Amino acid sequence: MSATRKLLAALLVSAALAASLSACASGTTRPSTGSASPGSSISGEITVFAAASLKTTFMQLAKDFEVQHPGTKVTLSFAGSSDLVTQITQGAPADIFASADTKNMAKLADADLVEGTATNFATNVLEIAVPPGNPASISSFADLAKPGVKVVTCASQVPCGAATKTVEQAAGTALSPVSEESSVTDVLGKVTSGEADAGLVYVSDVKAAGDKVKGIPFPESDRAINTYPIATVGSSKNKELAAAFIANVTSEAGKKVLMDAGFGTP
Amino acid sequence: MIKRSGYHGIPRWIYVIAAVGGLLMVLPLAAMLLRVNWPQFIPLITSESSLAALGLSLRTSAASTALCVVLGVPLALVLARGEFPGQRLLRSFVLLPLVLPPVVGGLALLYTFGRQGLLGKSLELAGIQIAFSTSAVVLAQTFVALPFLVVSLEGALRSAGSRYEAVAATLGARPTTVLRRVTLPLVLPGLASGAVLSFARSLGEFGATLTFAGSLEGITRTLPLEIYLQREVDADAAVALSLVLVAVAVAVVGLSYGRRRSSTPVEVQP
Repeated sequence: MSATRKLLAALLVSAALAASLSACASGTTRPSTGSASPGSSISGEITVFAAASLKTTFMQLAKDFEVQHPGTKVTLSFAGSSDLVTQITQGAPADIFASADTKNMAKLADADLVEGTATNFATNVLEIAVPPGNPASISSFADLAKPGVKVVTCASQVPCGAATKTVEQAAGTALSPVSEESSVTDVLGKVTSGEADAGLVYVSDVKAAGDKVKGIPFPESDRAINTYPIATVGSSKNKELAAAFIANVTSEAGKKVLMDAGFGTP
Repeated sequence: MIKRSGYHGIPRWIYVIAAVGGLLMVLPLAAMLLRVNWPQFIPLITSESSLAALGLSLRTSAASTALCVVLGVPLALVLARGEFPGQRLLRSFVLLPLVLPPVVGGLALLYTFGRQGLLGKSLELAGIQIAFSTSAVVLAQTFVALPFLVVSLEGALRSAGSRYEAVAATLGARPTTVLRRVTLPLVLPGLASGAVLSFARSLGEFGATLTFAGSLEGITRTLPLEIYLQREVDADAAVALSLVLVAVAVAVVGLSYGRRRSSTPVEVQP
């Protein structure tokens, strides 16, 4: 009995340790459409590492790109920008990096892994997200500081939290959030579940959440404009195709997809 | 090579596979050790936010362990010794958090104790707010750690049998006296290791806390949440704090196993 008990206990310990930290990353692989057409000079496969907030738009852009350039295949991987930089510097096979802020792109450039210079392709500003009924009757940024209002923000260590701090200073309103989350998704989760009265997230996040939250724009938001840069990764094996995909993102058609999702133009 | 007298029945190839399994567990920890920025180690782990997170983790884990003992001992007794309809079903449910992804546990807790949850509205009327409080952290930790205590203790209760209890009862001891004087002392090692496992699991709890309790320094941001956040800006700090967490876990588990090994099977004093 002692041996079995010990084994069970050992298993439980390892389960406890394994469960102690979990990181999440999601990837989407799309199948190749059609075969290479003789007219198109570019072909092959590329992998795009994009910030989580770009998920909907980049899935659309990749689909459009594959239709326009038969014989190409775009694989997408979405995660937090800093996770993606870590993965690329650790040797993950990425051809393109689309970051949610310039800081993480600079990190990649510092590691000598950016081909040429990065192109800014979109901007995003903060917006107040409230549950559909707006239970705390929020109508301005100053309302967030009213007593009893449960506000959730991003922690200052992550880009959306840094933007929150800037806006607080610009508006002259100091917030005392009940929680400082490490990602926009977690902030949004607290709002959609009704736990929080309000959260500060990006306009594109409010738009993507549909009718699960209501967005309240505020004038101070333009004091913290977040810029999204995109670049070919230095270690890419198909730089021609990567450049073509970036051109697609920065084209008028690409801009329209991004603007429809709430992003601004740089 | 270790030579032991007699046949111990382990083919040599088993050792090879066991070594691979062992490496799989040890290698990642060794790799992390290599990444630690040793000159900065002490400043990194003694920063204000790190100490706040470590202190909160230790306090909440201790509270969760106490709660696990209070709720888990009766549960284990009922599961091991009781006889009632739905006993198997109850056991399955008690063990569920072991296999449930913690995020799912967090969501389930949210729908129970959250503001819009099953009990949340009544609790709010009673003036109790659990969301975004340290109580939410303890609740999340207890939810994921309770099965560890119940499993350990139920096993101990079953293997101990109930002969001594039967004798005590024939000598006129009431059930509560038997429980206090005979049963609990008999299964104390099992209870202790169960409590240690619960503590270790509480210490490592991440997903349910993040989903259910939120993350605010000193209130709900435990060590695993602090590591997750630090990783965004300062990989060195994240690695240093991870090492602290591993060290505490190893110390806690090592302590209990060291004691267990040295203790002989329990003798019941007449």
